[in-house]
Formats: sequence, structure tokens, C-alpha cells
Amino acid sequence: MVDVKSFKRALPVPTPETQHFWDGCKRGDLLLQRCKDTGKYYFPPRPFSPFTGSDNVEVVKASGRGRLYSYVINQRPPKGYEAPYGICVVELEEGPRMMTNVDCDQTPEALVLDMPLEVFFQPQAESDIHLPLFRPVRK
Amino acid sequence: MTYKRGSVAVVGASETTELGKVPSMSQLQLHANAALAAMRECGLKPADIDGIATAVETPVELAMYLGITPTWVDGTSVGGCSFMIHVRHAAAAIAAGLCNTALVTHGESGRSNIGRKSRSGGPGTLNGQFEEPYGPFGPPTMFTIPVLRYMKTYNLPIEQIANIAVVQREWAAKNPRATFQDPINVDDVLNSRMIAYPFRLLMCCLVTDGGGALILTAADRAKDFPTKPVYIRGMGESVETPMISQMQDFTSSRAFKVSGKKAFDTAGISHGDVDHLMIYDAFAHLPIYGLEDLGFVKPGEAGAWYWARNSAPGGKLPINTNGGGLSYMHSGMYGMYALQESVRQMRGTAPAQVKGAKLSVCHGVGGMFAASGTIVFTNQPS
Repeated sequence: MVDVKSFKRALPVPTPETQHFWDGCKRGDLLLQRCKDTGKYYFPPRPFSPFTGSDNVEVVKASGRGRLYSYVINQRPPKGYEAPYGICVVELEEGPRMMTNVDCDQTPEALVLDMPLEVFFQPQAESDIHLPLFRPVRK
Repeated sequence: MTYKRGSVAVVGASETTELGKVPSMSQLQLHANAALAAMRECGLKPADIDGIATAVETPVELAMYLGITPTWVDGTSVGGCSFMIHVRHAAAAIAAGLCNTALVTHGESGRSNIGRKSRSGGPGTLNGQFEEPYGPFGPPTMFTIPVLRYMKTYNLPIEQIANIAVVQREWAAKNPRATFQDPINVDDVLNSRMIAYPFRLLMCCLVTDGGGALILTAADRAKDFPTKPVYIRGMGESVETPMISQMQDFTSSRAFKVSGKKAFDTAGISHGDVDHLMIYDAFAHLPIYGLEDLGFVKPGEAGAWYWARNSAPGGKLPINTNGGGLSYMHSGMYGMYALQESVRQMRGTAPAQVKGAKLSVCHGVGGMFAASGTIVFTNQPS
């Protein structure tokens, strides 16, 4: 069975605008940003509000919970990945969506739209990166 | 300044002499092969061209390679609809007097991979940081991500997505240049190899080599050319996001809606005026999103509309009459071939000609729902 935690992934290189997000992941916090003028959350990170253009924004810790919004199950893996695996989009409780992999069976039967998910952070070998992945919320 | 409807026309249009597998040409030469063919058919030489637009390759490379000294250039490179956007920009540039005769070229060695430029970003880009780590691998694993959400929202059965490929194959069967011409049925599509659930091989576009070029000039000059002029009546463009995960609405493309509305509004047409429609089909769900976002049907209705054979040969609105990216050809940036088919239909020279067609809408997508461009063509002078 494919284990999405075993992949040797294409790893991100943080930039000045995203460094806080990746630092948060290392501490076990999923960080979003919030526009203080509109109250709306946003992702991916940037030092200004995409709703107003203002820098009146704050970094906030997300609950880490969300639901499975959509996905495909890839059958043709790039180097370092093992198929089949779901390339998933989670909709966070705060509103923003992000791409992820979900740690469960990589089948349509296991990957059910709208099922509740929670974040966890997986340290990546030979790297400083802790990557946010999701798993089904245990009942 | 407002663009005057029909004030710019296509006077030259050609695809490469060969399509499909063309290992004898580099990507740059595919551009040139099509450009020279378009010039030949309207009696022009490179020295007569003073505007150039292209994507992936730069207008600098094309100007040098073809021997053109332009006074207007456009290197908009936002994926497969770049060429719709080039047509829009060229029409505006000609109307504004920035150039007189504009050439738009496309070439792509999508299959043979000869002299092909890399289009990938790096690990510090937004895609590199927030999508690439999760293993997307090419368009079949990204363009398709919103579809399960659409299917759940509107209760769309997979058979209705498969049906798009079936109907387009019927059009391809009428086109001697189409890569795939043999008939298929819904079972064939649903039994083809799984690529990225729920997408199977026959729901995905071809991967081929080819190119195409268009030459535009002011409509009042068009009568000096041997070709039947095809007028630009209206046009639109927009972009949304390079990250499929950040698309606002997984059941609808914002770029499609903005570009389509602008094109219809500037053309001053309603949906009932459209005789022929091209909707860029890199994957079988795109004609569903396109038909709805252009406003031909309500959200959630397109799958059943296609199932009722409305776009099929003999149907009320012929769509993707060359066979589309699913059966005709798809080099990677298919928009140019959709434009070529609209021009053929307006000239009356398409292999599957729609009799008496006077108005053709050509709607393109770029990236994975990243961008859009829409052109309204007509063969009727304003």
C-alpha cells in the first residue's frame, strides 16, 4: 500500500514572504494570514491583503482542521513518488484552500469528498522543511 | 478609444504543413513553417510584417529568425490561450496605428521534444512551494483536480464527461488531418487506461507536434488580399491563478466568465447569434465549464446538453468541429488550432464545414484554468 509519508518529494524553498509559514510548520503550527480590515483569511502567504492591498494584516494560527474539497488519484508518478496517490485540496475551517496529500488508503472509497481532515507536519529527510499533510479525523 | 467592430481582419491563416509527429523540425522552425505558409497564402513577405506576437518563444527570437523588423511586439505567454490574447492585442494595436500587419505565431514540438523550451518554475515559486511538493505531474494531474467537486455539486455522471470525447471523435472522423478518426463510444472511454482518477486516457488531449500562424490587418486593407477576410468582431481576455488549488470556484472559471462576457459585449451579440463555437478542450470537462461560463446554458446543465447531441454533427450548435484537442491535435498550447478552425469555418473551407455559418466564437484556456482569451469572428463586413 502506498504511504504518502514515504515520498522523496520536490521540496519548497522559502522566500522572505513565506519564511514564517515554513517556520510555523517546523513548530507544528499551520499559519494563515488575516486581513484586519475585512476579517478574511488568505493563503498563500504575502505581506499584504489580496482583498484591499493594505498591509494591515496579521499572522494567525489556523485550527488545522478542514474538509476534503477535491482531488485526483495520480497513476503516473514523478521521480520520488509512488502511485497511486491522491493529489488533494483541503478547504480549511477558516476558508482558504491548500493542496496536500491525505494519509489514508489512496482510493476513491477512502478519499470521500467533504470528509473531515486534520493537519500534521512531516519532517522531510535532508532538509529543514516540515511539510503540512492531512489525515482523516479519527471518530 | 473603443475598438470598432470588424475593423481588423485575419487575411492569412495556416497551420504547419505537417501535424502530429514532426521530428524533422525544431519548435522554432514549426513557428516559421506556419508563418511562412500564412504569408504565402496572402502574398506577403517577412519585410511586409511590422508586428509580431508569440508565446514561449519570444517575439525577439521570431523576429530575428523570420527576418522581421517590427514596430509592435507582444510576448504574452499565459499558456494555450496566449494566441487568442495576441489576436486581441494585435487588433487593438492595428486599430491604434501601432503597426499595419501583425503576425501571430505558434510552434510546439510537444511530442518529439526538439528544441523545446522548459516552461517549469522553480522550488521558490508559489507553485514550487505550495503545490509541487504534493506530486502533481503535468496537466492531467492538475487541470482535473476541480472536477470531482463539480460532479458532486451538480450530480454530473462520469458518462457525460466521457460523452464529450465521443462526440468530438465524430467531428474528427470528418477531418482527414485529425490524429484520431475511428469512432469510439462511452464504454471505450470509460474502459481506457486510468490516468488520474476520475480521468481516463480518452478524456485527455493528444500530445503532438505542430504550429500555426495568423496574419491580421485593417479591414479596409483586407480587400487587397487574395484570401476571404475574417473579421474580428469582439474579444476578451482575463487571468485568475497559476495554482489550481487557489481557483476561486471549482465549478466555474472566473477567467472564462470575464473573458467570455467581454467578448460577447464588445461584439454586441447574444448566444442565439452564434453559428459555430470552439471551446479549448485539453480535457473532456473543459467544454462543460466553457459552455456554462460563456452563458450558453445554466451552471450544471452542460453535461446533459452535450449528451442530447446538441454539439454533435447535425446538432443545433456545432462545437469543436476539427475534433478538438481530444482527437484533432494538441501540441501543448492548442489555442492556435482552435483559432485556425474558426477561421476555416468563416472562410467556408473547413473539412466539416457548418453550412452558412456567419459567426464563430473561439474560447481559449491557458495553464490550468489560469487564463482565458475569447475571440468573436465573422465573415460579414461591418
